[in-house]
Amino acid sequence: MMLQRLSRYSGGRPWVAELITLIVLLLCPVVLPLVGISADIASRILIWGLFGLGFDILFGYTGLLSFGQAAFFGTGGFVSAFLLTQTGIHGVFLALMIGMLVAMAAGVVVGFFTLRRSGIYFAMITLAFAEMFHFLELSPLSAWTGGENGLTGVPMPIVGFDSWHFQISSGWTLYGYIAAFFLVGYIVAHRIVLSPFGQVLTALRDNTPRALATGHSVRKYKLTAFVIAAGYAGVAGGLLGVLQSYMPPDAVAFHTSGQLVMQSIIGGAGTLFGPLVGAALWLGMQDFLQDIPFIAEAWMLILGIVFVILITAFRQGILGAVKQLVMKTEPATAPHATELSAEISRRTHIKGVPDEHPNQDNIPDHFFRTDTPTTKPDLLIVPKSSTSEGIALACRNLTKHYGGIYANEGITLSIPEGQLRGIIGPNGAGKSTFFKMLAGEVVPTEGQIFLHGADITGLGVTAVSQLGMSKSYQINELFSKLTVEQNLAIPVLARLRGEFRTDMLKSLNQVPGLRQQIEATLDLVNLDQRADIPVTELAYGEKRRLEIGLALASAPNVLLLDEPLAGMSPRERADTVQLLKRIRAGRTLIVVEHDMDAMFELAEYISVLQEGRLLAEGTPEEIKNDKRVQDAYLGGIEEA
Amino acid sequence: MPSLPLFLSQLFNGLATGLLLSLISAGLTIIYGTLGVLNLAHGALFMVGAYAGFMALQWTGSFVIAIFGGMIGSLLVGLVMERVIVRFYYQRPPEDQILVTFGIGIVITELVRLSFGGISKPVPIPSWGEGITRMGFLFYPNYRIEMMVFVAIALLALYLLLYRTRLGMIVRAGIEDSLMVNMLGINVYRIFLLVFGIGAMTAGFAGIVTSPILAVTPDMGEVFLVQSFVVIVIGGVGSFPGAIIGGIIAGEIVSLTSMFSPAYSQVMLFAVMAVLLAVRPQGLFGIEGRE
Repeated sequence: MMLQRLSRYSGGRPWVAELITLIVLLLCPVVLPLVGISADIASRILIWGLFGLGFDILFGYTGLLSFGQAAFFGTGGFVSAFLLTQTGIHGVFLALMIGMLVAMAAGVVVGFFTLRRSGIYFAMITLAFAEMFHFLELSPLSAWTGGENGLTGVPMPIVGFDSWHFQISSGWTLYGYIAAFFLVGYIVAHRIVLSPFGQVLTALRDNTPRALATGHSVRKYKLTAFVIAAGYAGVAGGLLGVLQSYMPPDAVAFHTSGQLVMQSIIGGAGTLFGPLVGAALWLGMQDFLQDIPFIAEAWMLILGIVFVILITAFRQGILGAVKQLVMKTEPATAPHATELSAEISRRTHIKGVPDEHPNQDNIPDHFFRTDTPTTKPDLLIVPKSSTSEGIALACRNLTKHYGGIYANEGITLSIPEGQLRGIIGPNGAGKSTFFKMLAGEVVPTEGQIFLHGADITGLGVTAVSQLGMSKSYQINELFSKLTVEQNLAIPVLARLRGEFRTDMLKSLNQVPGLRQQIEATLDLVNLDQRADIPVTELAYGEKRRLEIGLALASAPNVLLLDEPLAGMSPRERADTVQLLKRIRAGRTLIVVEHDMDAMFELAEYISVLQEGRLLAEGTPEEIKNDKRVQDAYLGGIEEA
Repeated sequence: MPSLPLFLSQLFNGLATGLLLSLISAGLTIIYGTLGVLNLAHGALFMVGAYAGFMALQWTGSFVIAIFGGMIGSLLVGLVMERVIVRFYYQRPPEDQILVTFGIGIVITELVRLSFGGISKPVPIPSWGEGITRMGFLFYPNYRIEMMVFVAIALLALYLLLYRTRLGMIVRAGIEDSLMVNMLGINVYRIFLLVFGIGAMTAGFAGIVTSPILAVTPDMGEVFLVQSFVVIVIGGVGSFPGAIIGGIIAGEIVSLTSMFSPAYSQVMLFAVMAVLLAVRPQGLFGIEGRE
């Protein structure tokens, strides 16, 4: 319920939710027998809940829908059961941990293959791999796994040391043992989703290409999330063997993966507790209703129908709906929110300069500022690397062919540090392809690109972004489910943490400089009053500014802007031109734009592309008077 | 080393299994290619075909009518499924589409389980399919040969429909760019319904023609669903030729591996898929960059 609020960089008190979880787990043995739920059912629900914690990190937070989690559930389960029944290892805890590690190792291998594709491919391939594990278990490995019979005689755990120890027996003491695993698993998962690492996961769920472009190694993050989920599955599988004193072969079967997916959706993905709630409904209700003749037989049918209805109409699941309800009824009374709004009103007061323009566009006046504000917290700029000799960005003979189509042909140009360079050209001149190559999104067919003198050809967009060059897009590429400031946190995290870091147990406010950079960007793009708003609620002009903000927040020293004025009203254009002027200091700006007036006002130097080639270069004055440019725009005949 | 006759007979077996997988995968892949929906209920539609055929056989005693019964049964279920639920999912993320068809598959399977019970239903081999044919040194049950012919005819019909008719042209254009087709004044949603129906009918046809050699149970479609995933991952999602070639490759892998070690036959299928993913993630006939 408070996830949304806590996951902001303000920090918050994660231990509150964890403490509540502890108390609820402690109360269960007292309360549940009163409503007729046995220790066995409660333990089973917790095992599925633990299994689901990992799955929720993978699906709810990272957006990867796996239909193959049974593979890791079974791997962990059979490895621990094998160790406990067939070898000299008698420590249940040790066996569970080994099972977890083996499941994680399997996760690395399976993840390597499955993560090569996304979307439907990922779902299909994970399912196929899980079936492969199932067949391996059933037949080739049956000497170790018992094949169709599974492994019997998994012992109960003993807790304690040498002289002081306690033999766990079935019932509520075993529940306590499993609950301890669940609690630790929950705390870890909870910290992960609140961490900088967790924030990056949500970003790549919402918009993978942009997460990549802001400088995060998406592949490494996805693989790590996959392995985390495999680890949770492994422990859960091991605990199932302990609970039943028996490891069943169908733990590896498709329906195990399917049940996990359904429970998570029913309970609510992206809430951590969703899968637990789903499991409670599934197993608890089943137990409760099994004496009613028709219901017991049709239980799976009922669940299937409930599942389809939930997917269709209540995609957020039970917990998601509860969360939404709570958020609606609870206005911004959180201490942080009031503190922030006080801060906002203070700042607006300072900056509230009377508006000189009449308000024509039905947009509140304060979005237009004609002053040049004293930027309080300074926006970071990455120091320039290597031997640049005054040239920020250069390309040599840059060429891109798509089959027989020549998008760009032999473009050579160089842009001095600190310049504001305009790139213009008629539609279809190859500006966008040229920009994509510069940013590392498209690999050139021929030619080289140099950033501050270093060859960056073919490095890819993530590496280029890490080197200090970022791009804002012609069509907004935002993280749609995050708020404005959460959006801005993503590029800042890439700048401050590098392309990949596993700071899973850190909180966001332990990232030094994060807050300052976000505030500075908010201030610069004039969205400081909209920090807490989900991006879906922003006006178009605001989204446009956020789009530029995303590129700015990663502290580039070279900034590529692809049609920053596209789709804006004249008022918004004027405002964005001012913004571009403000962000010039210390940066090299390269702007593709159709708005000639804005371009001639802003740019110091202009390059003109036509039909994929560099047509002319010069100062705005020179370009205005260039015969060839006039012909290109006015449709003069080139060969004449 | 296995003897030559054994090898050839396994090769033939592989072709029989492979063509069946091709047909099921072709149904799955044209639905995905045109509608952009991965239908996880495809296995359930396969099973519906077998049950509908079983019912038709009970009533009429004719296996030929049973085949039509199976096709019509799965066609109807497919059409209802598209109209009532799937069509509301065209604009939703692929994950939601996968989840809802998965859910629908469970609902269909459980409905059948509730009505017919979980015990397998007998669909006997028709009288004209009994006996064994000697093909050189190879002995092969008649019905399996006839089944191959049925499947081959169905594949040919699908091919003609896709490549030789106006509808097929629209469907193939829709696979390339359904938005564009819509803008050209063709009602893609009606085409979508039609394609979904054809895909479902294909699965149902496969279900009834295989039912004499399989146990007809509510869960019979699951294993075929998973294998057809492997087929279209190998062949390239959305590609009709990919489904055909992929199906035959998959059939041969399973069949030839079981000659050496039956235990590994299925495992080998998935291993080949993994290797292919590593070297050519878009599949044999897939287009790079298309999801």
